[in-house]
Amino acid sequence: MKIIVDRSACTGLGICESLAPNCFEVDDAGDLILLTETVSDEDLDGVRQAIEGCPTEALRLEP
Amino acid sequence: MSGRRLVVVGASLAGLRAVEAARKSGFDGSVVLIGAEPHLPYDRPPLSKAFLDGAGLPAFRTEEVLRDELGVRLVLGAPATALDTAARVVTAGEREFGYDALVIATGAAARTLPGTGGLTGVHTLRTRDDALAVRSALDDGARTVVVGAGFIGSEVASAARKRGLDVTIVEALPTPLVRAVGETMGRACGALHARNGTDLRCGTGVAAVEGDGRVERVRLTDGTVLPADLVVAGIGAVPATGWLAGAGLSLDDGVVCDETLFTGAPGVYAAGDVARWHNPAFGRHMRLEHWTSAAEQGATAARNALDPANAKPYSTVPYFWSDWYDSRIQFVGVPATEEVRVVDGDPGGDRFVALYREGDRLAGALTLNGQTQIMKYRALIMRGASWADGLEFADRRRSALETA
Repeated sequence: MKIIVDRSACTGLGICESLAPNCFEVDDAGDLILLTETVSDEDLDGVRQAIEGCPTEALRLEP
Repeated sequence: MSGRRLVVVGASLAGLRAVEAARKSGFDGSVVLIGAEPHLPYDRPPLSKAFLDGAGLPAFRTEEVLRDELGVRLVLGAPATALDTAARVVTAGEREFGYDALVIATGAAARTLPGTGGLTGVHTLRTRDDALAVRSALDDGARTVVVGAGFIGSEVASAARKRGLDVTIVEALPTPLVRAVGETMGRACGALHARNGTDLRCGTGVAAVEGDGRVERVRLTDGTVLPADLVVAGIGAVPATGWLAGAGLSLDDGVVCDETLFTGAPGVYAAGDVARWHNPAFGRHMRLEHWTSAAEQGATAARNALDPANAKPYSTVPYFWSDWYDSRIQFVGVPATEEVRVVDGDPGGDRFVALYREGDRLAGALTLNGQTQIMKYRALIMRGASWADGLEFADRRRSALETA
């Protein structure tokens, strides 16, 4: 599964980073960095929570 | 169809997440979503942020998605008026809704300024209708007075300054945001106002809001008179529990719940701003008015209400953010007062990180424009990190940056 970020919606609130720190990090400028493009099985749960927990609905998963 | 009935009272974020989680968990009984406002569920944080600057405000989900895909019966514009936990019935005006599982998510209502009921131009900022009125006054170039230097008030002031309007914030306490972030950091955040041209007046109250039909001036307790076309009160919110009088639930600044959001009445759970639940992460009851906890509690409360035998606790490190001028303030944890230490940057500047100690535990972290740091502290706090761990982490970050 691949993570897709809607850059026009993301404001770098960072909730995704706290739920799936292996996959997301917000940088100094407040922009979201994807640490990995494809999600490993062990991170999948955290990424799903991050998608649900994103206040701007900026994240989704694609096969 | 199982024939079981889930009723969710409150059609904002927590209520929406409750009905979504119910369906996601496979619940195929009936779902009723009862809301006081006539609108479909919508997102509140933008109301005092991007929306005031001109952004649009889409609903979370269309009516078709809610009705057809999620199979939710929408009962909007219908404030709940009573709950009978013995008969398991919610009343909204003339209508009654029986339930097997109930989620209370009625949120909180903005406190209003006493004695301003008849004046136009005086607003709170909680609902979509409030925000539309405030935005249209700002569009007209209103001279703005904000009462209360909390997050909502500060965001309104920020929106006014972005348009180049004159704005004054009146705060009764000597320091802004004391309850939210403590005294030293409240002062540091408050300093952003002066730097951005907002007149922040602390330690003075409002004696009267005056005008003939519409607001013309605000008279302060120190005798100052501020001309005003728009007055916005950001003086906190009270949990919407009035309709629960006589329901037999434990009410104490919110609906008191255990760690699974269970109220003690069979089948009845609470979520969001209205819930005062036991947060295992800090071993105490708390009531939060934050986006993240409202969303997560809504989902947890619905799952637990539908399957009480397997109810799961809701544990969290509180998180909120606020956007002022071009800065972002973020806070995680609890604003413990034993010790607050700035570990990075300068509280007089545009970027800093402060840590909060409780006993020997790292209890909270505040950042101004520290987006890359804040969630790393949230993770530490979630793991129960010690104060020493927190300081060591801050040291390591600093030295990594210095050698980079």
